[in-house]
Parts: sequence; structure tokens; C-alpha cells
Amino acid sequence: MRDEKRKAIPAIGFYPQEEISTGTTLIAMEYNGGVVVGTDSRTSAGSFITSRATNKITPITENMVVCRSGSAADTQAIADIAKYHIDVYTMTENKPVTIYRSSQIFRQFLYNYREQLSASVLVAGWDAELGGQVYAIPIGGFVSRQRSTASGSGSTFVQGFLDSQWRPDLTLDECKAIVKQAVGLATFRDGSSGGVVRLAVIDKTGSKFELFRPDKPGFPFVQTPTPHLSFPPHIEQVL
Amino acid sequence: MSSIGTGYDLAASTFSPDGRIFQVEYAQKAVDNAGTMIAIRGKNGIVMVADKVISSKLYTDNANPRMFNVNDNVGVAVAGNYPDGFSLKNYAYGEAMKWLKDYREPMPVQNIANSVAEYIHIHTLGISRPFGAGAFFVAWNKQTGGRLFLVEPSGLNYEYKAWAVGKHRQAAKAEIEKLKIDELDVQQLVKEAARIIMAVRDENKDKNVQIEMGWVGEHTNGKYEEVPEEVVTAAEEWASAKLDEDDMED
Repeated sequence: MRDEKRKAIPAIGFYPQEEISTGTTLIAMEYNGGVVVGTDSRTSAGSFITSRATNKITPITENMVVCRSGSAADTQAIADIAKYHIDVYTMTENKPVTIYRSSQIFRQFLYNYREQLSASVLVAGWDAELGGQVYAIPIGGFVSRQRSTASGSGSTFVQGFLDSQWRPDLTLDECKAIVKQAVGLATFRDGSSGGVVRLAVIDKTGSKFELFRPDKPGFPFVQTPTPHLSFPPHIEQVL
Repeated sequence: MSSIGTGYDLAASTFSPDGRIFQVEYAQKAVDNAGTMIAIRGKNGIVMVADKVISSKLYTDNANPRMFNVNDNVGVAVAGNYPDGFSLKNYAYGEAMKWLKDYREPMPVQNIANSVAEYIHIHTLGISRPFGAGAFFVAWNKQTGGRLFLVEPSGLNYEYKAWAVGKHRQAAKAEIEKLKIDELDVQQLVKEAARIIMAVRDENKDKNVQIEMGWVGEHTNGKYEEVPEEVVTAAEEWASAKLDEDDMED
């Protein structure tokens, strides 16, 4: 346990300080005309949920978003700085910066400051050269292009589901359904993910954002097998 | 102070009263008086040709090349003061390496030309002397086709279909304009370019000259390369035959 956590003295109003971070589920997948990304919306500081409706999909350009996970402060700062650089290059070079180069711009910061940062991102977007693209950059700054990927604490719960669902030439609707379902499955099992589901579709026409709340239609609820009752045998097994 | 400068030409840091920077204009003269160099964009590639004076027989073959790779895809040809041009090529190379390190992709030719132009331009602001050299930058790929830039000692940077610099640039440009360059493939360009360089030579003054060629195009798979010696020789032979034939008709 961390030092400062042990020294907490609630009686005098001193509480352990936890970094505000996005224990997260991020999903991104290519389809035949672009990419779909999906995220949960939980931001927590230790066990406390500081926000239940966070937007972890940050637009960088018309045709590119970045999905953030790790320290909320670090990833917000990196997204801001990278966006600034990309905007300047777009202006001085008079044409859009490719998604690949943008992912490398993100890499520069994530790699150069890897000792100080706790940040990992998915760069997703569409450009005329390569169409829909997803680049995963975990902590440390390794860049890899992915057809389908999950990231964040919830990712471990859905990696297999994504592997079983992805195939070449998915249509937009198929892809959206898979991504939404994956976020639903991950948030159900992962305690650090939850809240609403946010989707973004990026294609040649730009980015479209969607929101699915648990109290409105379209939310990906999960049905698990009803468990056996497990009272001790001498007690009647009814609720 | 006898000539045009009248005191305003001692440093690039001073404008003349009518708004000229003489030092930069003199630097341009270093290019204008250099051996002719032409670059032509054809149907499926670009060819650059330089006419070099070999000032001593004791030099090894190709001792002072004027054409280099900036990276695998981009070629540079420098005209004018040789050390200045060499330094520009080194700067361009350094920029391309930086780009490769930063973005993990080869630096595009336009960015190289712009960056070198900015560097040259800084040297026209009076900090030191301007560069006495100009540089062609060429590249070809399937998406953009051929691209050809010339950066001048003033920092001016234009994209061209074809261009000529050096001693006989006017005559060379006149010859290029007679060609339908958009329809010529690289093999034909090599021959025509050699012909033009040889045609514009001054038979009395230009002695001990040698042709250097570089190309990039579909046939090299977008890689900039030095043109092989046997291709250059063949082009020269074709060109002198063609020139002799033209002479007969006159």
C-alpha cells in the first residue's frame, strides 16, 4: 500500500490522494469504409467515481479522434498538445496530416515522456491514402496498426469476443453492433468501467458521435446464466 | 565605388534604396555562371542532367558528383558554388533523417524543398553570406506522379514541369519547350536531355566537360538513382548522332 494512503487521518480531514484516472474500456475496429470506436464513460479516483459520463473520445480533426486511457490529466494534455501540432502542420503544409503521421506525433510525446506519463491511446481516423485506420499506442509508446483492438482495464474481458467477431469487409452496421456489444460486455465485468456507452464513426465524410444510456433504448445489457441458489443444504433453496 | 553596387552591396543585411539586396543577386550569379543543369518531368519519371567541367585530368572518375540522394525517394542536384551546394545537400539529408526519426516515414520532396528554402532564406537576412548554390529536388510516386522543385540562393522555391539553370539555361529552356515532355517516358527523356545539354554547349569554351545524370520514376519503383554509366554513354551517342544529323539538314 502506498505511503500516503496509510497515513490518512480522516479525523483531521486528510484523505489519501488518488490520481484521477480512467480505468477504461476502449474498443476500435475498422470496417469497409472507415472505423468505429466505442468507450465507456467512467472516471475514478481510487474507488470513487469522479464522473460517470466522461467523454473519452476526443476529436483531433474532422477525420480523426483519439480514445484516451490512463491518467485523465496526462491524456488530456497530450491530446491538446498533439492537436496543436497537427493543426499547425495542416496549415503550413496546406493539406491534411495523415492518420499514420498523427499517430507518430502522439508517439513522440508518449515515448519521450514515458517515465513521467501514465497514458495510453488509440488513434482512429480516416484519410484518403489508407482509408480507415486504428493505431494502438500503449504505455511506453509502441505504435501498431490494428484492424480491431481493445485497450484499458476492460479490454481483457472482451479480447476473445472481438477476435471471434472480426472479419474482413464488415459493414458499418455490423461493426457498430460488435463494438457496442464489446463495450457492454467489458463494462459489465470490469469494475473500473461503466456508465454510458459512447460510439464514434469516422469515415470520409467526417466523424459522427452517438450516446447510449442504460435508461434509454439501445444500451447493450448483458444476460448471464441465472445462478443456482447456494444456501447451506439444510436450508430451503428458495428466495 | 565604380559600378552598380555603390556601397549597398557589401552585406546582405542592407537594402539598396530601390529595394534590392545585391549580395543575394551576386549569389544568384554563382548559379547563373555554373555548368548547365536541367531537370525534366516526363510521363512516368524525372531526369536531371548536369554538364560538369572537369578542371583536371588527375581527378578520379566522378570525383565531384553534383547529384545525391536525400533519402531513398528524393534526389538533389546542386548547381553553383560546390561547397555551398554540398552543404545544402547535407542539410537536406539531415532534415530527411530527422523526419524519418520523428514520423517513421520518408520525408516528402515538397517538405524537403520547403525546409531547405527556409534555411537558404535565413542566410539572405544578413547574418552571414548567402548560399552561392541552387538545388533541384526531385521525386516520383504513383499517387502524386513526378515532382520537381528548384530552390534558389534567394530562398525562392517553385515547382516546375521542367527547368534549366546555369550558363546556357536560356537556350536549354527554349529546347525543352519544343518537346512534348508530358508524353515522353524516362528512356526518351534521358536521350533528349543529353541532346539538349550537348546542343547548348559552346564548342569553343566548353571543353573537358562531362555529363552526370540522375533519375527517378516508375522504372526505379520511385527510388532516386544515379543513371548507370552505360545508359549515359548510350544517350550521349544517340545525342551526338542526332545533332550531326540535324547539322546535315541545315
